[in-house]
Amino acid sequence: MKRKKLKSNLITYGIVIAAFVLVQILTYTGNLSSLLKGLLIPLCVYVVLAVSLNLVVGISGELSLGHAGFMCVGAFSGAFFSKCMQGVIVSGGLRLFLAMLLGAGVAAVFGILVGIPVLRLKGDYLAIVTLAFGEIIKNVINVFYVGIDSNGVHVSMKDQFSLGMDVDGTVILNGPQGITGTPKDATFLAGIILILVTLFIVLNLIDSRDGRAIMSIRDNRIAAESIGINITKYKLMAFTISASLAGAAGALYAHNLATLQAKKFDYNLSIMALVFVVLGGIGNIRGSVIAAVVLTALPELLRGLSNYRMLIYAIVLIVMMLFNWAPKALEWRERYLSRFFKKSVKEGK
Amino acid sequence: MSFLTYLINGISLGSVYAIIALGYTMVYGIAKMLNFAHGDVIMVGGYAALTMMLSYGAHPLIAVLAAIVVCTLLGITIEAVAYRPLREAASPLAVLITAIGVSYLLQNVVLLIFGSSPKSFQSVVSVPDLKLAGGALNISGETIVTILSCIIIMTVLTLFINKTKAGQAMLAVSEDKGAAQLMGINVNGTIALTFAIGSGLAAIAGVLLCSAYPSLSPYTGSMPGIKAFVAAVFGGIGSIPGAMIGGALLGVIEILGKAYISSQLADAIVFAVLIIVLLVKPTGLLGKKIQEKV
Repeated sequence: MKRKKLKSNLITYGIVIAAFVLVQILTYTGNLSSLLKGLLIPLCVYVVLAVSLNLVVGISGELSLGHAGFMCVGAFSGAFFSKCMQGVIVSGGLRLFLAMLLGAGVAAVFGILVGIPVLRLKGDYLAIVTLAFGEIIKNVINVFYVGIDSNGVHVSMKDQFSLGMDVDGTVILNGPQGITGTPKDATFLAGIILILVTLFIVLNLIDSRDGRAIMSIRDNRIAAESIGINITKYKLMAFTISASLAGAAGALYAHNLATLQAKKFDYNLSIMALVFVVLGGIGNIRGSVIAAVVLTALPELLRGLSNYRMLIYAIVLIVMMLFNWAPKALEWRERYLSRFFKKSVKEGK
Repeated sequence: MSFLTYLINGISLGSVYAIIALGYTMVYGIAKMLNFAHGDVIMVGGYAALTMMLSYGAHPLIAVLAAIVVCTLLGITIEAVAYRPLREAASPLAVLITAIGVSYLLQNVVLLIFGSSPKSFQSVVSVPDLKLAGGALNISGETIVTILSCIIIMTVLTLFINKTKAGQAMLAVSEDKGAAQLMGINVNGTIALTFAIGSGLAAIAGVLLCSAYPSLSPYTGSMPGIKAFVAAVFGGIGSIPGAMIGGALLGVIEILGKAYISSQLADAIVFAVLIIVLLVKPTGLLGKKIQEKV
């Protein structure tokens, strides 16, 4: 059992490393189109986002629709840090590392703050409250103006002129316009490392005593409680780790953009992450990685079809859901496809 | 006086939320699913009415009727094609994601047909404005019609559910599908009827919303859809009076928040109130308490 799990985990790491090597080879031989090149870092961000959300949805069994909110917090704190430290820390790599660390930390704090009240609710109520928190975070960041001058930090909620700064001051966070001019420190290598770290944390958590406690709550809360598992603690643990990973992903995302605006982190982003998780398989970490890559790349690869691409994406999504989840479709697959893949179907069970 | 104006505008916006929330809450009560595509049905209703009026020069009332027919058929089709096959799926998330897929589909189909630029919507309401207190308090015709239609819909719907066989069947199916089937109730038909009513109401809400805020784009429906969903949860999801109260309160909070606190933070205030309500009453204002069996 243990060996099988180790093998499965190694395959997951292997896929990520293989993808990295493949991309490097393609880059050196000049076969990578500029479109794909621009997609590499967002792909890493979405993979981390999907894996971290899977920790909440798949492992902890709670439906969260506010994941983008944590990403937003991480993105803004990371970008804020990098803009302030632009002159102090010269190395882009170190700056990005510290920014991601900070983003993860701030998002974790928000995870705890949001998690304590929210995790008392169940099911769809929990879903709507997480959605509400995500929207609140987005809206609140939208009204903040922060600037720095020789006297220190100025904060306002009205506009950038009411900051009352000296002449040497610079506006860092400019309300709905967000943060502009974050140093472009994000690299594909950093993204891959973040994915590997995320996978390492999540996969090890799942295989640990804590992970089993979290899954036991998902499977039967009352039974878990009756054998002395602290429900709040473990739920909060999964939620906070997930939030902090999303925060780190957000920081990476921010260092890839010229302009960082809060409106990018609306509920559509959370829903997109949820689509990755469900389509990749709820609780299946490797599935999330693959689904995130395929579904992010799909609309971009369909760009030649211009206006029809999102339509095709929608149809593919519906058809895949029906094919993967409808009991009738599953029965049909069992009957007709098992003839060809008899062995693999049995093993897959 | 300005407070009264805000209050009336809030109730008017809340009435639209309430009509949309009714669709959410009925579908949730019976199919136990969050129909994320509901907001986009509103948008389709708006476009249907607009097309009827602009391209065929139809009378506004006929346009509204046409929008209701289009949305009702759309609702039945969506349910039959996308949701029914997944009703017995292993995870309730499957149907949720499919609903998101349907929402993308509707948005993009409309985007392809009508383009992405917002269209200006001509009001379907020809009721004159009501001036009270010597002109100090002005209530627009749209507001009057919206609030009145909301009250009428609420009354008719309550009567329908409590007095007719089909309505009783809905209650039975929402309580226990299996038992309802054993009593000879056509479960598939009842669920389809619920979707039909919910989508028809969405068409009305779409027309009213576009009459009050006359701009229509393929994404018009998504934010009111989410707000109405919040309203449904606010009042206790699955409860019809709850949807009405939730919708009205939400509209009033939003408008008053916009007027007195901050127009940018209005949405945040709405969501914050929702969170506080749910923390005090975890199943909404009028929601049933769920008993847990061990």
